[in-house]
Amino acid sequence: MKNLPLLFCGIFFALAFSFTGLILSSNLQIGDLTPTTERLDEDGNQLEGETLYPLKSPGIAQQGKQVYIEMGCIYCHSQQIRREGFGADIDRGWGARQTVARDYVLQERVLLGTMRTGPDLANVGGRFAGQAGRDWHHLHLFNPQIVSKGSTMPPFAFLYDTQLIGDSPSKDALSFPPASEYGPEEGYEVIPTERATALVEYLLNLKVDYSLPEAIIP
Amino acid sequence: MSQAPQSIKPAETLYSSPNEAVRAELSAIDASIRSAALFFVITAISWLMIGTVFALIAAFKAHTPDFLGGTEWFTFGRVRSIHLNAMALGWATNIIFAVGLWIMARLCRSEIQHKGLLLIAGVFWNIGLTVGIFGIFFGDITSVEWLEIPTYATPLLAVSYSLIGVWGILAFRFRKGEHVYVSQWYILAALFWFPWLYIVAQFMILWFPVRGVVQSVTNWWFAHNVLGLWFTPMALATAYYLIPKVLGRPIYSYYLSVLGFWALALFYNWAGIHHLIGGPIPVWLISAGIVASVMMVIPVIVVGVNHHMSVVWMHKEVWRSPTLRFVVFGAISYTLVSLIGSAMALRSVNEITHFTHFTVGHAHHGVYAFFTMIMFGGVYYMMPRLLKREWPSAGLIKLHFWGCAIGITIMIVALQVGGWIQGLEMNNAEIPFLEVVQNTVPWLQARSVSGLFLTVGHIAFAINFFWMLFAAGAVRAKQGPTLLVETSEEGAA
Repeated sequence: MKNLPLLFCGIFFALAFSFTGLILSSNLQIGDLTPTTERLDEDGNQLEGETLYPLKSPGIAQQGKQVYIEMGCIYCHSQQIRREGFGADIDRGWGARQTVARDYVLQERVLLGTMRTGPDLANVGGRFAGQAGRDWHHLHLFNPQIVSKGSTMPPFAFLYDTQLIGDSPSKDALSFPPASEYGPEEGYEVIPTERATALVEYLLNLKVDYSLPEAIIP
Repeated sequence: MSQAPQSIKPAETLYSSPNEAVRAELSAIDASIRSAALFFVITAISWLMIGTVFALIAAFKAHTPDFLGGTEWFTFGRVRSIHLNAMALGWATNIIFAVGLWIMARLCRSEIQHKGLLLIAGVFWNIGLTVGIFGIFFGDITSVEWLEIPTYATPLLAVSYSLIGVWGILAFRFRKGEHVYVSQWYILAALFWFPWLYIVAQFMILWFPVRGVVQSVTNWWFAHNVLGLWFTPMALATAYYLIPKVLGRPIYSYYLSVLGFWALALFYNWAGIHHLIGGPIPVWLISAGIVASVMMVIPVIVVGVNHHMSVVWMHKEVWRSPTLRFVVFGAISYTLVSLIGSAMALRSVNEITHFTHFTVGHAHHGVYAFFTMIMFGGVYYMMPRLLKREWPSAGLIKLHFWGCAIGITIMIVALQVGGWIQGLEMNNAEIPFLEVVQNTVPWLQARSVSGLFLTVGHIAFAINFFWMLFAAGAVRAKQGPTLLVETSEEGAA
């Protein structure tokens, strides 16, 4: 190989080829997807007056996402549900339908993840909801062994403060199971820091409980 | 088309050319790059040790989550990311700068000019990386795989990289002689591909994020190509350079090396999408990634045959030479890991291996058993020529080899067997998830044991290296190179 312009052209076009084929063309195809209604009319238009999905998540959940990023949760938890028949994502109850490109269009940073040391979290807000879900998450984050004995997830107790109980117990203090070895000493309580509160609100807001025209919940 | 180029014409004696003029020229080139190459090797080995410490912490935490669990700095996500970046950008990239630029300069028969500037660029690369690693430690991690370093450190990395990469291209521009050897194509291409990948990924994911999962597509195009278009070409270039050099005979087939290079250039950069099989992206993208992954069988077989035929019937020499013992281990691993990788891209296999420790094992098979082992070989060959001094201890080299060879084998087997079981169990919804997790623990403990073997190997390597570097007077001037098996009939050639 002595023809250097040819060598260089080859080197250049080899990567230009995949850059165009994979990156630019996928950006063309799905780079301007927008939220839409759950179903479309016969002409493929959005139904008027109906809610557009995916929903924008509340501010506190977005702060919580920042905590999720800082803690590197993505390295053990994915946020994508594979279709029925490919893996057991739906059979395990991780979601009612597969996730599609449109589910992620409002996320400034997409956290699909490629590891399931722990379970998928795309729809964790559907699995643990309301005040019961909030309590569960706080105990689980404080020390996963409390609610999930034998888990290999690390404790995130540094997101919580242990303090003396004042005149009356704080309303957001963690409610440990009776005689739990992980609970605080007598007269003390464990309360979430702002970061823990935000993180749990983020997890509660991770939901795929709506249909999209290209992914209807059966 | 021609036969093997001048610079690797077979030499009658092992290790050095009989032609005095050639030796003098190489010696002048070595002198021109000595300070920069030494700097890069020292920083690479330092990052290797840092990366090893964080690897051990991460491995231990994976089965004993309370370990160092009291602070957010040592939480698993950060520790494993520090390990990855210290290894990928600290160890691997610094050692590429050392070995790759040195081979490029030698093959181009062109002395490195303005070596002070190269050294300064190298210093800034390592400053940028240090800032980035501290950034991850203190919580500015981006949580984008392979791009964890916060954006306040990445521009410095990009600029200093460009300055370093330009040196390889300049050496190429001012080369002497007609022929361009296969190692030069690989190094030239990789020096050009890496900044393109890095800058595109930075812009499209972190600075001006594209919408939705196009980020993920870009992420895996980038991340897999760090291996495919940066580590792999550099390791192959090193193997292609060292095998003929040490054995004193040309590479088996020029035509196979051409085919291997272009097939890799064409196919590898499409393959990364196999990390998103089953994911929320258009299926045609996934199919394209699978096709490319399977097509990689062609360059892998071609390079494997070419390397094998170049060392065949010379196994004693391979075993005797520190350089080739590592390089051939790496070359064999390249064939194995790549064929396993192609298989993993098939949908039916990926359905099991995706999201499991199998992938982690596979990544170490590639970056360690293949890339890192070849680069160890490169250091064993380069240092005596830069320092005009031999390796002080053959015993430490053996300890290095066996620590790494045994360690990485245990790791790959443990993570791939454990990961396969994990995948099968995860796809069976009857088995509770917590049980799947607990069943991985023994395999993760085996991985920690493998880490101890690797640590022993790395410590032996570092001791031997710094002994050679600093104890100039203490190392007896040897007659010929340090070999691992003494030969009786011909002396230590």
